[in-house]
Amino acid sequence: MFKFVSMRLLQSIVVMLVVGLIAFALFRFVGDPINNMVGQDTTLEEREALTESLGLNDPFIVQYGRFVANAVQGDFGMSYRLRQPVSGLIAERFPATLELSLVSAVLALVLGVPMGIYTALKPKSFFSRSFMTISLMGVSLPTFLIGILLILFFGVTLRWLPTFGRGEVVELGWWSTGFLTSSGLKSIILPAITLAVFQMTLIVRLVRAEMLEVLRTDYIKFAHARGLSPRLINFSIALRNTLVPVITIIGLQVGSIIAFAIITESVFQWPGMGLLFIQAVSEVDIPVMAAYLLLIAFVFVVINLIVDILYFVVDPRLRVQS
Amino acid sequence: MSKELLDIKDLVVEFPSRHGDVTAAKDVNLTVSAGEILGVVGESGAGKSTIGNAVVGLLERPGRVGGGEVFLEGEQIIGKSQAELRKIRGKRIGMIFQDPLTSLNPLETIASQLIGTIQTHLDLSDADARERAISLLDQVGIPDPSARVDHYPHQFSGGMRQRVVIALALCAEPDVILADEPTTALDVSIQAQILDLLKKLVREKGVGMIIITHDMGVIAEVADRVAVMYRGVVVETGPTAKILGNPDHPYSRSLISAVPRPDVRLHRFPVVESIEAAGECKELDLNTHWLGKARDFGKSDGPLLKVDNLEMIFKSGGMFGGGKSEVRAVDNVSFDIRDGECFGIVGESGSGKSTIARLVTSIYKVAGGSINFAGTDLTKIKKRRELNVHRRQMQMIFQDPFSSVNSRMKVRDIIAEPIRFHKLTSSEAETRQIVDDLLDHVGLGAKAAVKFPHEFSGGQRQRISIARALATRPRFLICDEPTSALDVSIQAQILNLLKDLQEELGLTMMFISHDLPVIRQMCDRVGVMSKGKMVEIADTEELFKAPQHEYSKHLISLMPSYSGLMDRDAGQAEAS
Repeated sequence: MFKFVSMRLLQSIVVMLVVGLIAFALFRFVGDPINNMVGQDTTLEEREALTESLGLNDPFIVQYGRFVANAVQGDFGMSYRLRQPVSGLIAERFPATLELSLVSAVLALVLGVPMGIYTALKPKSFFSRSFMTISLMGVSLPTFLIGILLILFFGVTLRWLPTFGRGEVVELGWWSTGFLTSSGLKSIILPAITLAVFQMTLIVRLVRAEMLEVLRTDYIKFAHARGLSPRLINFSIALRNTLVPVITIIGLQVGSIIAFAIITESVFQWPGMGLLFIQAVSEVDIPVMAAYLLLIAFVFVVINLIVDILYFVVDPRLRVQS
Repeated sequence: MSKELLDIKDLVVEFPSRHGDVTAAKDVNLTVSAGEILGVVGESGAGKSTIGNAVVGLLERPGRVGGGEVFLEGEQIIGKSQAELRKIRGKRIGMIFQDPLTSLNPLETIASQLIGTIQTHLDLSDADARERAISLLDQVGIPDPSARVDHYPHQFSGGMRQRVVIALALCAEPDVILADEPTTALDVSIQAQILDLLKKLVREKGVGMIIITHDMGVIAEVADRVAVMYRGVVVETGPTAKILGNPDHPYSRSLISAVPRPDVRLHRFPVVESIEAAGECKELDLNTHWLGKARDFGKSDGPLLKVDNLEMIFKSGGMFGGGKSEVRAVDNVSFDIRDGECFGIVGESGSGKSTIARLVTSIYKVAGGSINFAGTDLTKIKKRRELNVHRRQMQMIFQDPFSSVNSRMKVRDIIAEPIRFHKLTSSEAETRQIVDDLLDHVGLGAKAAVKFPHEFSGGQRQRISIARALATRPRFLICDEPTSALDVSIQAQILNLLKDLQEELGLTMMFISHDLPVIRQMCDRVGVMSKGKMVEIADTEELFKAPQHEYSKHLISLMPSYSGLMDRDAGQAEAS
């Protein structure tokens, strides 16, 4: 177990270094950082001095090493656009994105997994059939449209819920949370649902397909032949076997909820990282883009690590044989 | 009350379909008493498994019991609710399934599966249930049961897993055990052990057992009485010696005569007529036909295939190390195959038989050694195109007729593919004509060309595979377990076809099988494989009469003897 996890950690570090290289390459190859910083009337000497002071004349590998060393300490330089440290900008917005992602991931899982099980166990029931039809719409409707429709209905027509922003937030140290105020809680409902709809329908279909597959296997048939109760067969034997492949996909989906909340954040003007990233792209704010890239890579690496460990817990076949 | 434990009376099982009900079992009458083993034998689709499933209420939808009664110790159990049947399943009727690799939940320890089942039926505490689980494992012959009980299924070999399956079936001391092909997925030596175990359990515990199988060897080994099924009907029931030695029904007769004989080599297999007609077979004049032309490969000196010191190693493990392991699948193997002979390779699963076939056809790259085919060392050839010249001359027929033909292609295109690939004809019209002729020749008929593979049975698909292999006009045919997925009657037809083709076309064959009687009937010389090594090469008759190596002796001793099998020499005289 220890060997396995340390091996995975080592692999993760390699992945992070490669992503770091790509992020670093942004500085070198997307525009000239000096041009981005100085005005029209800066003299050549001043530019030279700035280049020298920023260490841009050093060999590539030295610069990369410095970039990595800084990144490890959380220093991603200054945003070109906002003239603030990137790490501060991200720290400010990261809680918003993470809270939104967590709520929608929990929503998707809590609704999606039981629905998947139900539609697999009772594939012919009216409810299953109508749900599968509706879920097709959930998969095919674009996220922004769902968001706009929700805003129109609950925000504009019924006026039940706020349509943009996070509402009031409470600062807990460097973390700002919307969970502790009623306006904050109200504000998160619509964007979280919007973000969860697609993931949920995907999870339902995935769990259903896997479960149907498992229910056809010999060991389920043999369990019936031994007279075990249907509850034990369905929820202990079948469900666990269903979850083995489902865990990977769900893990990746949670990662992509965090990484690609961009559209939802734009629709709801949610002050998260996605919005920051969109603005950074339109203004060629390379330090922000690089930091975002690294952060998302980090999120995926961590989730993959968790998925691997979960696999280990669920599936005995992966454990090293003694 | 009679001593009959299970009494099946006039059981009818139907599968409703769009074209009316399909009757899978019709008016089936079977009985089994305490301490008795009843064998139910028949070919695939005969309805054997359906009966077992119907008895315990596990028919797959939309199947249903259309009539009849089943008495378990005098109590009618057809028509009981699922909740009531659950109390019967496992507790009074235990079941054993075919494939031990898939019968166990891979995510739970043996202990938890056993204890779960025990506590479902018996009111025992956790500790008592665990004790019982360990003693059950001991009874089914698992060494060191108190440690092994906490292992997961993947930590057991196939034979050991089947023992665990049997232990699970025995959890609540059932009166009747239904064993559905309990040894079909196992090697011969493991099969013998499992059959011994089942026999012992029946005698000691006085349970009644129904063994459902297609294998006459299993029947001869364990059954007290036999019921022969044919298309959903029990055609004959009687004591094993009577059914095997002197069956009344013509179907039983032909079924038994189709079993390959382990004792004497015959020129041809007796063919079962009542099962699957081979279709009209138009004879081709091979002297003038395309198929017979270009067969002059030039006489080469020495053997056609000469394999020296062949090595193959499978490595596993990731790029970052960890769990790296090596399996020596083929270990220093050397053999020759002479022009025109049929060379057999026999061995248990995992012995490296199929790997050799794949090495010879250059599907795998060798790790060491040389493969000389008609004087050229295939391992030295680097260019694909050069290799293809040789590949055209050697073709392969695979084990599984269902996955070895592309199900999305029409039969014509399947067979024409090698002709087109090697550009063996000058026009598409000629290709089509040749495909039609080939289909006629292998006994499918030219009309098959426009159909898709799923419209054919296993045996017919294997004929498609053979036609495809012949389409390149090969001189060397590699058959990798060509009939082990087929019923005996179909097996007899396919093997006869291969024999005929070999004779007509002067083919050289490498015939891989785990089935000794089949090897005896087909091959001139045999190599015996064990754990990647070829332990003995001998003329077939010599090997069967006087095996030299310990392993060969062991294998041959496990061959079913069929003592008292019907005197088939008379039948053979009629056939020839």
